[in-house]
Amino acid sequence: MASLDDLKKRIASVKSTQKITKAMKMVAAAKLRRAQESAEKGRPYSEKMNSIILNLSSGISDKENAPKLLSGSGNDKVHLCVVMTSDRGLCGGFNSNIIKKAKSYFAKLAEDGKELKIITVGSKGNDQLKRAYGDKIIANISFKESKHANYFDADKVGKMVIEKFGAEEFDVCTIFYNQFKNVITQIPQAQQIIPLNVENSEEDKSEDSYEFEPDEDEILSNLLPKNISTQIFKAMLENSASEQGSRMSAMDNATRNAGEMVDKLTIEYNRSRQAAITKELIEIISGAESL
Amino acid sequence: MSEEFKIEIVNPEKSFLVKDDVSEVVLPAFEGEIGILKDHISIISFLKPGIIKILSKSGDENYYVEDGIVEFKNNNLSILTSSIFNLTDLEKSKQQDLLKLAEEEAGKPDISDQSKYLVDQKIEVLRSLN
Repeated sequence: MASLDDLKKRIASVKSTQKITKAMKMVAAAKLRRAQESAEKGRPYSEKMNSIILNLSSGISDKENAPKLLSGSGNDKVHLCVVMTSDRGLCGGFNSNIIKKAKSYFAKLAEDGKELKIITVGSKGNDQLKRAYGDKIIANISFKESKHANYFDADKVGKMVIEKFGAEEFDVCTIFYNQFKNVITQIPQAQQIIPLNVENSEEDKSEDSYEFEPDEDEILSNLLPKNISTQIFKAMLENSASEQGSRMSAMDNATRNAGEMVDKLTIEYNRSRQAAITKELIEIISGAESL
Repeated sequence: MSEEFKIEIVNPEKSFLVKDDVSEVVLPAFEGEIGILKDHISIISFLKPGIIKILSKSGDENYYVEDGIVEFKNNNLSILTSSIFNLTDLEKSKQQDLLKLAEEEAGKPDISDQSKYLVDQKIEVLRSLN
């Protein structure tokens, strides 16, 4: 059994850990509000963009000559996966969930005999993936300097992806990120961005045809690269909200666990203190009796 | 009421402007300026650098944009743009910065014809603001 002094020290250390986790929870909560706000504000843009592209691509007559970003390169051999994670740890299962999702996708690709290339965004993802897939990672991007997710950063990633697609380095591109649902739930997502998945949703089937200026092809070829950056930006926004949410609940749990531990240790401390006193009393009494 | 329609300008960060008493909008579309009135035919186009003029009951507004996509449908005008500035708030220094950035880009040797055209437009518009 640990001595009284040891117990005292442990209690003190657990208490100071609890202070740290509590502070981190507060910070995460404050950041979460802002991140959530910007994630919600960013949604209209990507939704509008999607609906315009949907309208455009459903109107396109000549599917054969459609821009490659829409129709794909015609092959399905090399897959590029953009795994988006955070730059900081201590956020519960946030990064691991993305990595798990990504790894299961990688395994499936390997089974199908596809070639795999990885771009990691955020240093945590790189740390976790480089052990198993180090030779597959072709680039690692990290935005440690920028405080918030901003469009400029997303555009950089987007341009890089498009450039690589233009150089025919891959055929299919998928991004991995956490979708923010609420503070305790984040859903890891795999979203294919090249070639674009055009689901024919029945709700936005407008009968009235659009006038295009200039023609559809030109608009599409201008719009599609922008859409890639937009989708990546959306993923970044969702990710940063998820990260803070996940950190907040992780730190909340940690604070609670630390509290429980302090209680347990305090009981143990008091018991051993009493035991020591009882022992001393017995010694005195038995010493007096023997006289 | 009958002559008004709704405009929504969104940039990636937020919904930039929403107005529902707009009577006319003039857009710097890629192939020339477009004026949009109520009941215009559905149209999709994209923007070159220029000035968006919004005429509405609550006052006229001018915005400087560098790029964007425009969709008009059912009397809803949506403009998606990544760089937009209200002309009344646009400070001289910011304007100069944008101009300098554009001039730098125009000076690049490996610039494509299309982006050269866009950058020239940008410079022209920015200069005319002074």
